[in-house]
Amino acid sequence: MRMSIDHQSVLSQPSALEFKSSTFSVPVLVLSSNDMADIAQHLQDKIQKAPEFFKNSPIVFDLQELNRRNLEIDVDQLVDLLKQNGLLPIGVRGGNNAQNQTALELAIPLHSAQTSAPAKPQSPPKTVSPPAPEPAALSTAALLITQPVRSGQRVYAHGDLVILAQVSAGAEIMAEGNIHVYAPLRGRALAGVQGDLDSRIFCFDLQAELVSVAGHYKISEDLDDSVRGKPVQIYLQEQSLIIKDL
Amino acid sequence: MARIIVVTSGKGGVGKTTTSAAIAMGLAKRGHKTAVIDFDVGLRNLDLIMGCERRVVYDFVNVINGEATLNQALIRDKHCNNLYILPASQTRDKDALNAEGVGRVLEELAKDFKYIVCDSPAGIEKGAHLAMYYADDAFVVTNPEVSSVRDSDRMLGLLSSKSRRAEQSLEPIKEYLLLTRYSPDRVKLGEMLSVDDVQEILSLHLLGVVPESKSVLNASNSGIPVILDEKSDAGQAYMDIVGRYLGEDRPHRFIEEKKGLFGKLFGSK
Ligand SMILES: Nc1ncnc2c1ncn2[C@@H]1O[C@H](COP(=O)(O)OP(=O)(O)O)[C@@H](O)[C@H]1O
Ligand SMILES: [Mg+2]
Repeated sequence: MRMSIDHQSVLSQPSALEFKSSTFSVPVLVLSSNDMADIAQHLQDKIQKAPEFFKNSPIVFDLQELNRRNLEIDVDQLVDLLKQNGLLPIGVRGGNNAQNQTALELAIPLHSAQTSAPAKPQSPPKTVSPPAPEPAALSTAALLITQPVRSGQRVYAHGDLVILAQVSAGAEIMAEGNIHVYAPLRGRALAGVQGDLDSRIFCFDLQAELVSVAGHYKISEDLDDSVRGKPVQIYLQEQSLIIKDL
Repeated sequence: MARIIVVTSGKGGVGKTTTSAAIAMGLAKRGHKTAVIDFDVGLRNLDLIMGCERRVVYDFVNVINGEATLNQALIRDKHCNNLYILPASQTRDKDALNAEGVGRVLEELAKDFKYIVCDSPAGIEKGAHLAMYYADDAFVVTNPEVSSVRDSDRMLGLLSSKSRRAEQSLEPIKEYLLLTRYSPDRVKLGEMLSVDDVQEILSLHLLGVVPESKSVLNASNSGIPVILDEKSDAGQAYMDIVGRYLGEDRPHRFIEEKKGLFGKLFGSK
């Protein structure tokens, strides 16, 4: 089971900053000519078709094809050209040593060409029993658990966590995203454990020992009688944990 | 195909050994060749409950170590020809058991027996783990009190994650709840959890409720599994449990509080 969370840090109050891991989708400009005039012409043609889309758009430029064909290109000039056309270059990939060096001097990060493989299609939700909830690393598909999570068991989801059976007292469920429990929740439930302030906990029957969203937590003793044993959602609003019936 | 049943609980003193002896005898009486194994190495007492402590020559550990054959170590029960006991060693500790050895013994027993009942030691450590590792069915013995229920829940978690069936992604162990030492009068007084409370917490199929009964102590003092005491409430409860396990539909008894004299006279409920 993947369990790398330090309890103290999960439960402590957030500090001035935090690092989060996210995935963005950024257009990649694949160059097949090193002729600046030619590039400028084609770029303007493209941008004219969707000016709003390209306005201030971040872009990664890909030099792999040029280098494969031994066509030299001046990275400095290319970056200028992109900026003139309203694009914000945020990365280079497939560059040679000299090109990479220039890019870094321009504060443009290097991206590995490996990531040029098409992104893996999102896998459908996996069904596993608590014994082996080992989702593929960094998979953001929801983790689906159909068996009770028993006392002493821990489940960790890198994305959302959906549980169709009860979570016993003494069990611990954690997710980087949202948590849904369609049965009594009696154990500890921690959503947004990497700091996602927008994550929520939804459950059919709140009897939890502890609930937490992005480090803001309430223990059983603090739960109001008006929500105990009820279907609720739990989320953060201006730093405080709100528990509201569904 | 042999079925391996583990009688387990997490907590000690809840009635695992009493239950192992009773259901092994019950299954054998119903005509199934049955073996019952004491996994409580160092604290053996299954042989006492079964009344065969003076016939122990070799034990489970001897068989695992190759110091005796299975046939030399198995003790035939004096009440029932279908029932055999494999006693634990009193002089070794739990480290004398190992997964490979236990697996070998169970495999050999499976050739010859229909049911193999494993009486688990308390705890969740090595002995208890080995007792449940190869199980097909688990009888989770629970008393109607919070700490026992919590320990059973913990054990259920291990059954679904640390067993052979879990590790090999086979069909999961079938789990059954046995609520023992149940006292409806004390439930009524609020001193104990009710059947419903326990089922609500564990969400598990209830195989049966065994009442708190003096007959259990009498039975173990005389070395005769309580299921053979057909007049006793506990004996009848265990017979029902065996029947249900074998697929019969039997109503639950012993859940209501006993009517006092007053209640009997006036037929009030
Ligand atoms: N239904 C029952 N009614 C009364 N006493 C019981 C009952 N079941 C078990 N006991 C008593 O509880 C004690 C522990 O039982 P045992 O079967 O040895 O438990 P375990 O094997 O779980 O440690 C024994 O003294 C036994 O006689
Ligand atoms: Mg015992």
